[in-house]
Amino acid sequence: MATKKKVTAVKNTPKHLLGIQNLSVLEAKEILTEAKSFIKLNRGSSKKLDVLRGKTQINLFFEPSTRTQSSFDLAGKRLGADVMTMNMGNSALKKGETLIDTAMTLNAMHPDIIVIRHQDSGAPNLLSQKVNCTVINAGDGRREHPTQALLDALTIINRKGNIEGLKIAICGDILHSRVARSNIYLMNMLGAEVNVIAPKTLMPEGIDNLGVKSFTDMKKGLDGCDIVMMLRLQNERMQGSFLPSKREYYEFFGLTPEKLKFAKKDALLMHPGPMNRGVEIDTKLADDINVSLVKEQVELGVAVRMACLKLYCK
Amino acid sequence: MKEKILTNVRIIDPSQKMDEIGDVVIDEKGKIKSIGKKSDTSESAEKIDLKGLVAIPGLVDMKAFVGEPGFEYKENFRTLSQAALAGGVTSIVTMPNTKPVIDNVSMVDFIIRRGRDKAKVNLFPCASITRQMEGNQMTEFGLLKARGIIGFSDVNKTIQNSELMSRIMNYASDIDVLIMQHAEDYELAKNSCINQGEVATRLGLQGVSDIAEKIIIERDLSLLSEFPCRYHINQISSKNSLNVIKKNKSNGIKFSTGVSINNLSLNQNDIGEFRTFLKLSPPLRSEEDRLSLIEGIKNDLINVIVSDHIPEDEESKRLPFAQAATGSIGIETLLSLSLELYHNESLPLEKIIKCLTINPAKILKIDKGSLKEGSDADICIFDLEKPWVVKAEELKSKSKNTAIENRKLQGKVKMTLLQGEVVYSN
Repeated sequence: MATKKKVTAVKNTPKHLLGIQNLSVLEAKEILTEAKSFIKLNRGSSKKLDVLRGKTQINLFFEPSTRTQSSFDLAGKRLGADVMTMNMGNSALKKGETLIDTAMTLNAMHPDIIVIRHQDSGAPNLLSQKVNCTVINAGDGRREHPTQALLDALTIINRKGNIEGLKIAICGDILHSRVARSNIYLMNMLGAEVNVIAPKTLMPEGIDNLGVKSFTDMKKGLDGCDIVMMLRLQNERMQGSFLPSKREYYEFFGLTPEKLKFAKKDALLMHPGPMNRGVEIDTKLADDINVSLVKEQVELGVAVRMACLKLYCK
Repeated sequence: MKEKILTNVRIIDPSQKMDEIGDVVIDEKGKIKSIGKKSDTSESAEKIDLKGLVAIPGLVDMKAFVGEPGFEYKENFRTLSQAALAGGVTSIVTMPNTKPVIDNVSMVDFIIRRGRDKAKVNLFPCASITRQMEGNQMTEFGLLKARGIIGFSDVNKTIQNSELMSRIMNYASDIDVLIMQHAEDYELAKNSCINQGEVATRLGLQGVSDIAEKIIIERDLSLLSEFPCRYHINQISSKNSLNVIKKNKSNGIKFSTGVSINNLSLNQNDIGEFRTFLKLSPPLRSEEDRLSLIEGIKNDLINVIVSDHIPEDEESKRLPFAQAATGSIGIETLLSLSLELYHNESLPLEKIIKCLTINPAKILKIDKGSLKEGSDADICIFDLEKPWVVKAEELKSKSKNTAIENRKLQGKVKMTLLQGEVVYSN
């Protein structure tokens, strides 16, 4: 008896970079290896490749950003993609358009990659369910900022050779920080030991279950650390009365040369920017090229984003 | 109507402590004529053989939202009553958070008339405790009660002002009205959309601690000891709240407590990656909390299980989690999901049915939830063992935001009778 041949449609599901949580060690290492190859290119005089020629990349930014946005912009252009950046801060939302509507509109223009930054946690996940192109998370709410963590990892590897076995302190507003979360996942995954340091009101509940040790004392938290990552303290935290004052915060949690001494002698300093000098970090320390990796972070950010765009847009 | 006799059915009626196989005889007026092993019936009676099935009093759901007026696109009286009957619910307490809010006498007349014309189910409307549910000024309890309002609730809003709350209780105690509070401290719950804890931290969402609930319950029960009135806590969600309730009950304070079936059957981990249909208020909490709520029912600290039926259209759910609307539908699956607690040996069957029938009826002081001789023949007949899978598109509600899509359940309603008439069967 003749049986009907069952036809199943092969659905072309694009890969998304939504967070470090969804990444395997191999995938993370692949991105980092790929990124390394772009460092030299970016330093050279001819920076343009044609890996993504003919591809369209849309940067969809619902939240203001300078570094991440320009970094993704450059990364796409250097790979030869056509890049369009949309600052959605005040246009669509004011008209009452929902994220899904915006996504569907853009989807109809057949982009190959959408890079999204959104103030709500989970927005890139929602977007990825509704479009048929690659979605790259450029920061969502306080959940994840995967490319920031990856560029931080690359910066560390570049200086220290390896991440495995290092001790890394993340210090500041952990509660509201997506950078902290992504870094906790990634550094753990790559074999580092992670300490988080914050005042109690800025420490999220259940953080210890994420595989870190939490401290409220800089001295204890920084002890033996190879890397000190400082986080930005947003001004609105003062109004929400998470803290008594900037002065008090700086006194106990601001990174000064004296406090840095609690860490290892050759400890290096990182900051995702933009910095609040005199609030979370001493201004001289921030500019000390022997200690601060801030500029390198920005530089390698482009390489990491190029790697992500290349690997995820196949 | 002809006399009816339901034969060979397992009758479970906690109001009479009955669990036996027998007959239910319904007279011409739609009342229970006799119930139990022995039955006397005329020859002409219509016989319905229900061998292998269970008959219980029609369910009384103390918390459901009907979209009328103002939100007809989410749910209306007709769709709500269809969903209810398919779930064996014959009496519904409807919430006043419509547009406009049911806070005055003319609105009451409107919904009672509208419900009578469009719904085939017993409706018991609630009015808001405060005008516009703004928490500033109490509504006309006396006048509203006289027009047929069964109780007062600001639904998902809480009276924050302690002075006002004390006056509400004081005033209510004199005229015997039921005050139903949603316990949540606004400042502690600000911007929150999920339980506080590891899941919230991982998802990057603003969490709310169960203290926000506990603090209001503690305050209200302190006030209640001073101004004893009919006070009901709509839904509790945590072990901490339960401890407060236990302490106060043992001190002799009289009040009642409800819980949503969602908080009994799901926990925060079910939210997965931002499943907005599981964004609820009070939020789903930890497994430990869920288990303690089941204990609470066992120990009679919790008296009522509600569906907390909140129909929401797709648009208000297809948003990032923090922006998405709160609530899920559940009236049609209330019984089946409750039976899961029997099948997984969490609770005895009799206890579950008690919390769905006679207990809410007693709190509301209505003559429902019982199959005693002489009472209305509102009956739910179900197959205790039948397996089925919840499919949103098959549910009768106008909105399809069920929190338990694709859940495999055991036990399904077979037939629903309202005043002796078969109003649903499958």
